[in-house]
Amino acid sequence: MSEATATRVPASPLGTGTAATPARRNWVPYALLLPGLLWLTVFFVLPMITLGSQSLQEGNVDEGFVFTGNVGIYADAFSRYWPHMVRSLSYAGLATVLALLLGYPLAYFIAQKAGRWKNVVLVLVIAPFFTSFLIRTLAWKTILSDNWVVTQWAQQLGITDVLQAVGLTSTDSLLFSPFAVVMGLTYNFLPFMILPLYASLERLDPRLLEAAGDLYATPIQAFRRVTWPLSLPGVVAGTLLTFIPASGDFINARLLGNTQTTMIGSVIDSQFLRVLDYPLAAALSFVLLVVIVTLVALYVRKAGTEELL
Amino acid sequence: MGESQKGDLHLVALTKTFGAFTAVQPMDLTIPQGSFFALLGPSGCGKTTTLRMIAGLEAPSAGSIRIGEQDITATKAHQRNVNTVFQSYALFPHMTVLDNVMFGLKRRGDKDARRKALEALELVQLEGLGGRKPAQLSGGMQQRVALARALVNRPDVLLLDEPLGALDLKLRRQMQIELKRIQQEVGLTFIHVTHDQEEAMTMADTIAVMNQGVVEQIGDPATLYEQPRSTFVANFLGQSNLLRAKVVPGSPREGVALVRSHDADLEVAVDHLPQGASDVWLGVRPEKLRLGESGGPNRLRGTVRDVSFTGVAIQYIVRMPWGRELTVVQQNDGSARATLGEDVTVSWAAEHGFALDASQDADAGAMVEDDV
Repeated sequence: MSEATATRVPASPLGTGTAATPARRNWVPYALLLPGLLWLTVFFVLPMITLGSQSLQEGNVDEGFVFTGNVGIYADAFSRYWPHMVRSLSYAGLATVLALLLGYPLAYFIAQKAGRWKNVVLVLVIAPFFTSFLIRTLAWKTILSDNWVVTQWAQQLGITDVLQAVGLTSTDSLLFSPFAVVMGLTYNFLPFMILPLYASLERLDPRLLEAAGDLYATPIQAFRRVTWPLSLPGVVAGTLLTFIPASGDFINARLLGNTQTTMIGSVIDSQFLRVLDYPLAAALSFVLLVVIVTLVALYVRKAGTEELL
Repeated sequence: MGESQKGDLHLVALTKTFGAFTAVQPMDLTIPQGSFFALLGPSGCGKTTTLRMIAGLEAPSAGSIRIGEQDITATKAHQRNVNTVFQSYALFPHMTVLDNVMFGLKRRGDKDARRKALEALELVQLEGLGGRKPAQLSGGMQQRVALARALVNRPDVLLLDEPLGALDLKLRRQMQIELKRIQQEVGLTFIHVTHDQEEAMTMADTIAVMNQGVVEQIGDPATLYEQPRSTFVANFLGQSNLLRAKVVPGSPREGVALVRSHDADLEVAVDHLPQGASDVWLGVRPEKLRLGESGGPNRLRGTVRDVSFTGVAIQYIVRMPWGRELTVVQQNDGSARATLGEDVTVSWAAEHGFALDASQDADAGAMVEDDV
């Protein structure tokens, strides 16, 4: 290898090499940015502008929509659908917490203890993605159906009573309930939680935990003072990657929920595709966007990740 | 805290096996309170495993560890009043230097943690840097933080795992002196693991030389150097010239025994001769040999095969008629120099030689320090 380098260096013409370097450095970063910028402009910025202007139009499908600058639609959209908004955020929040509780120990195991099984377990984590989102969610219909063991066990162990008591189910079935929706969301977005957690826990030097133990920290203190703070970037990334798509999701609510579990994503979906009230649907999309961006900004600030990342 | 609880560290038949491999053979060792003790040996000799067992990071396969009267074998690392300066420093990257140093004190609920930590930073000459993150410090400074973080807890035993290994030579020399000063200042028991014989000899009061899971010899640096009891120790601590010899019965003078090597009668101090040995390796350090006859009654003739000038000294390689090459180091004190190819006499005094049992490998421990 050193031989190859040695012959290559004199081969490059020295004069042009030194002259071209500063100039090339100037435009190379922009050239690298270009494809992504183009993509984002065409498929994100322009649709956002269209959506924004659409939300301020009035009319109907038959007679066409006219831009009227109707800002009042936002107040209208919010007052009519805020319960769906709150419901979406609670389901997504609950699913995120569940995914974190399930994902953290698993990610820790894969990163620190799995040894040579690391890659196998990682593939297993991603394996559900080999089937489509829809089929995976439909499978939960079977898993949670009344005549399947999960529901029967839950009934025998009194779990269904607990779920009813906290309002996650309204009967002693599991399916078609907020519980089923949250389970579906948790399941579908779990890998998005595990992978960033894994990435940050994998970098954790086990010698730091030895050092913490050496300095009188009990295993729990070592986790709280060393492991957890050092994995925070992964926690923040994982929770965002779970919470954001989960709060806009409508498949889980539609397949696993009932009429009382409609999430904001379902409302937007039906306003766009069935009611054909484009301005309202667009306004709802924007409200959802603003709410999520605000929550995320507050969250990231609270977690203090600027310093960690 | 708990001054009365402290005491000597006792390792009793301490053993560690990993599967079929025995990393540490049953080891008995007493390390007096307040001493600077070095575990010296090549990599893989079991010194770090021994250290980790004392720290509580590795469970012994057999044997016990006591500090004073207290048996700590079964306790976890966080329950032991023992702290470690790790080879990799293992500083917490998300905490400031001050938080790192306060970590142990805070876990024990010390109300005075901040003041003590600031004092410890002063002791290692890092005052004013408490607000920085470890990544903002140089390697040498990080090393001092790691030291302060362990020292500040005033442990019964402070363990140092090759703490200077990552520093460059000049900084290492400086830190050796510094560590010695700090140890004398705080009076804690230091156990220092190293593969660097010079580092061990510079700092430690007592050195245990380890090889293949066994302590070969324990002693103060001068005794280990002047009277090694095995070829491994003779070669690992500095250089040795070893000559095959037979013990000749009788004594030419008071306190001196005679050995015969390649038709030459050579004197060696009786107390440097193993009891009842007949075949021995006669060893003598290069700097104890003299070119010419001024060194003493022991004389061998040979040919100079190599001369290298190192500034303070000149090193000669002198080949004996039977092929063995002796290394002679002469101080650059203005005395006459030999030239390449010259026939010379090499001489030394009886008390400068030491004899080792001849059943050992003459090359044991030679060159091993280079492969770490």
